[in-house]
Amino acid sequence: MERKIRIMVAKPGLDGHDRGARILARCFRDAGFEVIYTGCHQTPEQIASAAIQEDVDLVGLSCLSGAHKYLFPKVVELLKEQGAEDIAVIGGGIIPEQDFDLLYKAGVKEVFTPGRSLESIVDWIRENISVQ
Amino acid sequence: MYFPKDLLDKSKALTKKWEDQVKRLTQKNADQKQRWSTVSDLEIKRLYTPEDIEHMDFERDVSVPGEFPFLRGNQPTGYRGRYWTFRMFSGMGTAKETNKRWHMLLKEGQTGLSTAFDFPTLMGYDTDSPIARGECGKCGVAIDTLEDFLQLVDGIPLDQITTSMTINPPATVLWAMYCAAAELKGVGLDKIGGTIQNDMLKEFIAQKTFMCPPEPSVKLICDTIEFGTKFVPRWNTVSISGYHIREAGSTAVQELAFTLRDGVEYVESTIKQKGLDVDDFAPRLSFFFNSHIDFFEEICKMRAARRIWARIMRDRFKAKNPRSWWMRFHTQTAGCSLTAQQPYNNVVRTAVEALAAVLGGTQSLHTNSLDEVLCLPSEHAVEIALRTQQIIAEETGAANTIDPLAGSYFVESLTNTMEEKACEYIEKIDDMGGMVSAIEKGFPQMEIADAAYHYQRQIDRGEKVMVGVNKYVGEEKSLIPLVEIDEKIEEEQTKSLQAVKRKRNGKLVVESLNSLKKACREGENVMPYCIEAVKNLATVQEICDVYREVYGEYHDPGLF
Repeated sequence: MERKIRIMVAKPGLDGHDRGARILARCFRDAGFEVIYTGCHQTPEQIASAAIQEDVDLVGLSCLSGAHKYLFPKVVELLKEQGAEDIAVIGGGIIPEQDFDLLYKAGVKEVFTPGRSLESIVDWIRENISVQ
Repeated sequence: MYFPKDLLDKSKALTKKWEDQVKRLTQKNADQKQRWSTVSDLEIKRLYTPEDIEHMDFERDVSVPGEFPFLRGNQPTGYRGRYWTFRMFSGMGTAKETNKRWHMLLKEGQTGLSTAFDFPTLMGYDTDSPIARGECGKCGVAIDTLEDFLQLVDGIPLDQITTSMTINPPATVLWAMYCAAAELKGVGLDKIGGTIQNDMLKEFIAQKTFMCPPEPSVKLICDTIEFGTKFVPRWNTVSISGYHIREAGSTAVQELAFTLRDGVEYVESTIKQKGLDVDDFAPRLSFFFNSHIDFFEEICKMRAARRIWARIMRDRFKAKNPRSWWMRFHTQTAGCSLTAQQPYNNVVRTAVEALAAVLGGTQSLHTNSLDEVLCLPSEHAVEIALRTQQIIAEETGAANTIDPLAGSYFVESLTNTMEEKACEYIEKIDDMGGMVSAIEKGFPQMEIADAAYHYQRQIDRGEKVMVGVNKYVGEEKSLIPLVEIDEKIEEEQTKSLQAVKRKRNGKLVVESLNSLKKACREGENVMPYCIEAVKNLATVQEICDVYREVYGEYHDPGLF
């Protein structure tokens, strides 16, 4: 039997707004994915190394403090440096549309902002992420 | 009994008649939906009648403003003596920039200041800390040393304006800076007034800005309460906050219950640790609530809050001073009720929420700006938000009379229900051994997570509506100008921090930090040592590192 998609929901930086991250973690679990939630206040280094150690297929980053422009690309970069570019990275939170391009160019696969339904995020994962 | 028997008899007969009619009509045409409930999913009846409040006792449960149980407000004069304080929460980029915004707000008629700090400051780190990368000035003002702080309050008359500071783990440090700044400006500690949020329990429960474990965190709060009681009598040393609990997704009842139980914990701890009499410090405890979009639920929550607190203070803690029975609170409209979609609709939401806060009898109010769901507020958006309060105060007539919804069958009944449900939670937490112990069990955190998930599911299914998000979704994007914090600020702030570090007397810094460490180890009140350290230009992080070393660090257990 094929194993389940493994997702790590992570909160990089000092931001403590975790309502969205925790709702998503629960939603992913209910959708049948395996979920690891890091809790708040993780450095990009901690997130990248935990993602590799846990052998996840996807990292979902949540940031509402405005520091996403530094934090999201940093996680992608660290994964790449450690030979784990097969782990996809998506992000969400308070992300102005004008920053989307910068994040896509940095290797973030998709950006989810307020108003997206849980279902549509789960659908996106099913369509775009496969078990490595 | 609240009503004479003949009125109740008539009411019962007429209600029966009405019920029969409703039954006939709804059999013909069904209601739009089966179940009607508040935004917190508390079920609401189609009609409330005298029977719903027949068991109330006027003197015991209602009374008049300024009298126990303060259901109708603390002030006998209501808003006629003065309106609530128009207090807009603001902070952005550097101290200089924030100071400029403060002067603009005061010029436009704001009556109190309220400070938002950036995440490094909130978490007790300096701008140049590796963990603070990318965060400087983003969510508020960056403060590293007393020099920044002096720039922040430049030109502000500290003996006339009250200032609220939303700061939690490093509350002792920022308050020490305020005290030091006052001293340098020649204003005595007995003349300054304001609030530090300083409510760590809700951080573990909801906002997640933490540093040390719960017990030493509560100890530091008791230190500030003691210091304030003795030396800074006009200061509110803790603002017991439901706001963040609600923003994290709680129901209104949970917000009410967890906030008041946090308050109980602080009162118990201060009596136990400091040997103070409850009446010495209770009058300076203040509260902070959210005003969400469900109009009546919010009004009832605030009315219930005052009555529950008065009963707790009188009956549980045997407080004798009527001021100890008062619940004074600030309110902020609900950030989480705003939408990134069709952002101009947020002006309407905020106006409704602000009106609820006023009808609920708030003492102080922040109204969110329409763009706060996207970025820090622009000057134009802040102005609309401030004007919203001024319109409510001076145009709508809402402030003419005190507690105008009292006596409504529905409002009184919902107030009673919320009090009952909140008291059930409070008892449950008492049974767990108090809030610190409940937090260690993850109880309030998981109750909130359940409620937040439930609400999100309701939104996804369309059972609850957010206009522009899951109903009346527009095709066109309405673009509003966004405020962006310049990334260069981090570099500038780091440079100025380094300059301060070069010019200060290193020996004095080390000495004052060592004295602070000794005070922490020996269980002394940290405040005098903290004030000494900030005067010697010790940084926020240097002081917080002392706390981390002595008390240990708390890490998010990551419950979901």
